[in-house]
Amino acid sequence: MRIRIIAAAFLLVACRPQTPASGPTRAIRWGGDAEGGAPFVEAEPNDPSRVRGFDVDIAGMIAKGLGATPQFIQVAWASIPASADRGDFDLGMSGIEDRPELRARYALSIPYFEFREVLAVRPGDAGRFRRLSDLAGHRVGTLGATQAFELLNAEAARSRLIPVSYDDDVHPYADLVAGRVDAVLLDHIIAERSLRRTGGFVIQPTPVALGHYVAVMAHARPAFRDSVNAVLRARMADGSLEHTFRTWGVWDDAQATYIARVSAEAPPATAATGTSSSRSIEAYVPSLLRAAIVTLLLSCAAMALAVTAGIGIAAGRIYSPPIVRWILAAYVEVVRGTPVLLQLFVLYYGLSGVVRLPAFAAAVIGLGLNYAAYESEIYRSALEAIARPQLEAARTLGLSEFQILRLVRGPQALRLALAPMTNDFVALLKDSSLVSVITVVELTKQTAIYATNVGSWVVPGLLCAAIYLCFSLPLSRAARRLERRWSVA
Amino acid sequence: MTAASDSLVIRGLHVTRGARPILRGVDLDVAPGEIVALMGASGAGKSTALRAIVALQPFERGSITIGDVALTPGPVPPESALRSLRRRVGMVFQAHALFEHLSVLDNLTIAPIHALGWSREKAESVARRLLESLGVASRIDALPRQLSGGEAQRVAIARALAPDPTMLLMDEPTSALDPSRRGALGETLRGLATDGRGLVVSTHDVDFARGHADRVVVLVDGSIVEMGSAEQVLSQPQHPATRELLRHPAESRRD
Repeated sequence: MRIRIIAAAFLLVACRPQTPASGPTRAIRWGGDAEGGAPFVEAEPNDPSRVRGFDVDIAGMIAKGLGATPQFIQVAWASIPASADRGDFDLGMSGIEDRPELRARYALSIPYFEFREVLAVRPGDAGRFRRLSDLAGHRVGTLGATQAFELLNAEAARSRLIPVSYDDDVHPYADLVAGRVDAVLLDHIIAERSLRRTGGFVIQPTPVALGHYVAVMAHARPAFRDSVNAVLRARMADGSLEHTFRTWGVWDDAQATYIARVSAEAPPATAATGTSSSRSIEAYVPSLLRAAIVTLLLSCAAMALAVTAGIGIAAGRIYSPPIVRWILAAYVEVVRGTPVLLQLFVLYYGLSGVVRLPAFAAAVIGLGLNYAAYESEIYRSALEAIARPQLEAARTLGLSEFQILRLVRGPQALRLALAPMTNDFVALLKDSSLVSVITVVELTKQTAIYATNVGSWVVPGLLCAAIYLCFSLPLSRAARRLERRWSVA
Repeated sequence: MTAASDSLVIRGLHVTRGARPILRGVDLDVAPGEIVALMGASGAGKSTALRAIVALQPFERGSITIGDVALTPGPVPPESALRSLRRRVGMVFQAHALFEHLSVLDNLTIAPIHALGWSREKAESVARRLLESLGVASRIDALPRQLSGGEAQRVAIARALAPDPTMLLMDEPTSALDPSRRGALGETLRGLATDGRGLVVSTHDVDFARGHADRVVVLVDGSIVEMGSAEQVLSQPQHPATRELLRHPAESRRD
């Protein structure tokens, strides 16, 4: 379910939804994320257009109970609640956690599954990292915008634990085994799945907290929520839910106790043992500013690398022997012809067997080397724009090729390159948001976390946009002024 | 001004571009203190000959010798092998080719400082003296694009002279100048020759050649068809091409 969300959610403000279907052949449309995989929702191996998993089964029960047929809609996990609220589908289910923030903004069903937040550590650390409080000063990974992430943040406020936010639930465990993080806190279903698939770590038996999965519906549809709850209670009572959970291998005694308790209660169980309640805007401003500094540092460092490497590549493509020129040209074409997202993944995860870069360094190198390809093309055309007679005059004056590049050709090319370079720097500032996929929490990622917590993109989005503009507007102004000065002076 | 004496000796110079012959066996001698005007219609090979002398243009056959520096056929050697040639021969390009991002002063000092290792003080005092003598000292802080054609011309000459070469080549120096400036340029060149430098000036300008050159060489399609004192060649032209050049100086000035 829960796999990467590149914050495209600004779009969510856009159009008002089409009303959910309610005709003679009624379909209940439900949203989930098949990228999250079994046992929640995964694509059928034989027919990837169909999905299966316990969330799929439960959605089917709900639809049937309401006299309709289920219709699956693929949605990025972190967008499921907001997407349900704007009416993209009737209910969202994909291991959605029962959290106070969600409960405040959306209609949530009664919890249908109780999970444990469990701590995974490397076997050698099993003795010393038993609880979150044992992990002061250590990096602990989890999926961003989850109850587990909230727990880590709360612990970070108490001890010096360092939360590391991922956009998916596979790489935290890979990084745990690789030594990039010292523990991972996530739902026991996810932890056990990773243990079966890859192994290399152990799960601490004592859970850090409990949590619950719920179905999420639009805030404006409490009546629909009530009928969904009625179906869920009925399926709990008649054992269908237990059957499904057994089928998917997630049934245990705790579940039996839990379901017995929920069936007995009339009002829905309260929220998870998570921490925060809703916070005010001011509470988020410091973290946004910190993230803004990360964005700025990251962009400046990456641009410095891009400029340096770009100049090297451009000079190499003009002055080197053919074989070097060919290699550099190939580099430029490969880098420009593949997504920067892919390059970041390869650099951070793909190469982790060879070189284990810290996330920030990988982000600087990834963005820097990517932009170097673009910068080199700017410099190359700028270098080639310098009139040949000037270069010949420099030669007849006895300057060496390197002196000509450094004193005559380079400085003039740099003036020509200034405007496109500034454009690229502004683009880089914004592209730096991509590095959240390799666990760097920069401005956009922090905004997404903020927005998920408060359940709205309006204020976080505006704040985030204002900060980006604070960076980019003065930059373009300074560049224009510099350009004017050089063209007049 | 000082100036050692170097002679230019060119023998059997052949240059082709692709399959097209540009120079077909040119022989030319220039003695110290001599001003030689290289004349001919556009495309006759004047510029190519000058470029070959400063090793910007490779040649297929023949030899070029300046003092004890010899250029041989084949690809242009790397700059590191051309140090002594660069110290001996200066070149003034037709479009001046000043460094657009540098002031007049920096245009003059860049080569002495970086190629010859002079101190900035020495390079600047030489530059000031040169600009003074060429009458452009007032533009010392200007950028090239702020100069008039005549000023740019004189700055380009000053730049070529700054490293104190023994020989100066000029490609079409009069094309950007009005007639009164041409006279002044001629006097400047005479002064440089009197110091012992050999000068080779490519030009269309018959009056300029008549007034200021010691010798005139006429190139037609890459071959020298006529050579002699300015007076002799321009007053009693022997070759039809020379007579044509004298009849239509304006037409042949188009490049």
